[in-house]
Amino acid sequence: MGENVQTIPGGAQPHKDRTLNRQVRTLRVKMVLLGSSGVGKSSLAVRFAKNEFRDTSPTVGCAFLTQVVHVSDASLRFEIWDTAGQEKYHSVTPLYYRGAHAALLVYDISKRETFIRAQLWLKELEKHYIPGSTVIFLIGNKGDLAWDRQVSVQEGQNLAHEKGLSFIETSALSGDQVNELLLDVGKIQNILKVPLDGSRHQTEYLTVNRINAHFSLMYWISGVKK
Amino acid sequence: MERDSHQEGEAQGVNICDPPNESNPSADTLATSLSLLGNHMFPDPVEKNDCSTGKDDPAQSLLSGVKAEEQHLDAEPRPNQVANMETEETACSNSSECQNNTSTQPANGGTEDAAINNDQSDSGEFVVTMLAKAKLEEQGLGVKGRSSPLLEAGTQESPAFMSHREEDVTADSWRQHRKHVFVLSEAGKPIYSRYGSEEALSSTMGVMMALVSFVQSGDNIIRSVYSEQHTVVFLQKGPLVLVCVSSSRQSEQQLRGELLYVYYQIISMLTQASISRIFEHKKNYDLRRLLAGSEKILDGLLNLVDSDPSFLLVAVHCLPLASSLRDSISQILQKAITPNLVFSILIAKNQLLTIVQEKTVIEDTRLEPSDVHLLLNLIGASSAFQAGEIWTPICLPLFNPDCYFYAYISYLDPPECTVCLLLLSTDKEAFYAVAECKRKIEEAMVAQNSLSLIAKAQSYSVSQVGVSDLRHFMYKPFDVPDNYRQLSQFTSPEMEAPYSSEEEKMRLLDLYRYMHSRIHSTSRPLKLIYHVAERETLLAWVTSKFELYTCFSPLVTKACAITAITKLLRWIKKEEDRLFIRYPPKYSTTPNPSKSSRSGKSDQQDSTDNGFLSLL
Repeated sequence: MGENVQTIPGGAQPHKDRTLNRQVRTLRVKMVLLGSSGVGKSSLAVRFAKNEFRDTSPTVGCAFLTQVVHVSDASLRFEIWDTAGQEKYHSVTPLYYRGAHAALLVYDISKRETFIRAQLWLKELEKHYIPGSTVIFLIGNKGDLAWDRQVSVQEGQNLAHEKGLSFIETSALSGDQVNELLLDVGKIQNILKVPLDGSRHQTEYLTVNRINAHFSLMYWISGVKK
Repeated sequence: MERDSHQEGEAQGVNICDPPNESNPSADTLATSLSLLGNHMFPDPVEKNDCSTGKDDPAQSLLSGVKAEEQHLDAEPRPNQVANMETEETACSNSSECQNNTSTQPANGGTEDAAINNDQSDSGEFVVTMLAKAKLEEQGLGVKGRSSPLLEAGTQESPAFMSHREEDVTADSWRQHRKHVFVLSEAGKPIYSRYGSEEALSSTMGVMMALVSFVQSGDNIIRSVYSEQHTVVFLQKGPLVLVCVSSSRQSEQQLRGELLYVYYQIISMLTQASISRIFEHKKNYDLRRLLAGSEKILDGLLNLVDSDPSFLLVAVHCLPLASSLRDSISQILQKAITPNLVFSILIAKNQLLTIVQEKTVIEDTRLEPSDVHLLLNLIGASSAFQAGEIWTPICLPLFNPDCYFYAYISYLDPPECTVCLLLLSTDKEAFYAVAECKRKIEEAMVAQNSLSLIAKAQSYSVSQVGVSDLRHFMYKPFDVPDNYRQLSQFTSPEMEAPYSSEEEKMRLLDLYRYMHSRIHSTSRPLKLIYHVAERETLLAWVTSKFELYTCFSPLVTKACAITAITKLLRWIKKEEDRLFIRYPPKYSTTPNPSKSSRSGKSDQQDSTDNGFLSLL
């Protein structure tokens, strides 16, 4: 589905920025947050977009946030779809993850139930995405509640390994655990096989940016202050 | 709003039996309510009337303290004869009651009287036993519920709004809440409780369901139960049963209207079609699964219902604004369109600023005030909207209870978040197109400096009317301008001293509710009430053109009040263009109008593929 970006309004669209001498491309990255109710998707989204922590009330439908990040010679416009975890909105969620470049599957490490739900979400996601077009991250959120942990790091890692996902534990509250997140490059290389843009001649160019894109993604997730 | 589709079971052959008051002293409170139940089994109009006066008296003494007088418009204002007139009035309504019961109050669609058919003489005993048993269980369960919080880990809501839910349902403080609202399924499963957790209340709700189905088994419908302190109102809607236990002294119709709002709010999130489908599929489905996270929306609704008279009047309160400014903003909305867009609504300070509708939609039907209330509540109840742009399916129950619209919601003035744009589309894929409309609207508003002009707009003070002794009023015109089908609106000034504290506001609203219940009484509707209360004098007047509630200082004379109202009406006429949305603008977003209206009205496919069933 990622290959079909032309038909998706959120697809990558290069354009020229005249304020700089060289060509700067703006790439749209559609990113969707999925997971049970109350695991902290909205808090993560607000951490991404505003780098602050907010205890939010349950999301209604889906919230759309954007954040532009400048890396070397490109601007990445992250379009963050923060979906509601409530069951009543599940019917419309496919709308949001269709064509997503990255799907962040969030669970709460202090609630096993949410981890089990995350696996159901994964199944649901697998039904709709074409393998290789969407990068899926498994995210154990609420790292600050480690004392009340119900899902071990190992379990998260195992699941991620089994399904070929990237895995990290985060805390939208404290924004900790940065170093662990500065990812093993092997995974990023995997990610890079994904064409961000449908057009072939840009692929090489995008490879460089994608490293940065995913680095900044990780930075955000970890809550590092820019 | 008060369209009530329930079948009247009591039309003929209502049987009455004296409930066994003395039979079960152990369950005394319940026996009392049962005896009161008995009082409301009306075999004939005489008994009915006895009952209604019995109901009126405590309300009067509560509201007016020492003296309360009222009369018809045509009655001569001779205070010393008021008591006489009161009885005349009663007698008069007595005679006409039977014939006019339904026709006098078309808005309420039929009689609202309680009717219970108890054929068996031991039925009361049965219910009493049931209730007593449940009471015991409830206490046991309350304790158990607290000791094992993990039990409900799966359905737990986020901690931000646990407080009401965690209330101890066995405590006195819980019993003393002014108004309880419960929602349960036909299988007796708890769905929502305003106070306390549904788990802890499951046996109480079980008893409520037992009452409902017991009466139902006699081919009848339980409507209400009166006790000295409380009014219990039942409303059954499809597979849902809504119950209100109120000590607010509101009329049964008003309480039923409020329950209907709760029902509609649930429908607005799930649609009627999917609720029926779910319960057809699985009778004992736990609907809380689907409503999880929405308790706050229902809580917010009930708080609004208590504090905002627009629910009582079934009309929208719009922000007073110079008509030129309102028109220019409407034009901005009118220009920013995309296919399948049906409503563009701008809200400022939780009040309607303007509304633009798709042409064919306005021809087909109009947006009901209740739907607007639900939208306003949804926006007000969720702070999450402030984070970004929202895209959510939403059903407008009075427009069409079975289909979803897709709502785009975004604040135009972050971080203050007072001006909110709401765009409704019938196309669920239209997010980017609709978001583009918002961009256009935003640009145009910046160019015209609309936001800062809107920020200056505010509600008005009653002193602007220039009528001494007038403290507050609510004015609801019917169809402004004449014969122009549009949103019902009302206007009302700020509540100022002596009604600035929360308690005093509530007291005034209670007085208004009382006046409203007298005006809209099904058994004895009134056209005009002059009500001398302890600390103020109220005058309510309903004509074919408007409905008006006014509040004066206590020393006003009747003649003064009449002159004041004449002045007030003149002032409203003069300010009409500022106080109301007069000619709601339209746009056309589809080249083929017939198609659009169809897609707007029966988007059935959405509700069939909404995936609820797969998640059962």
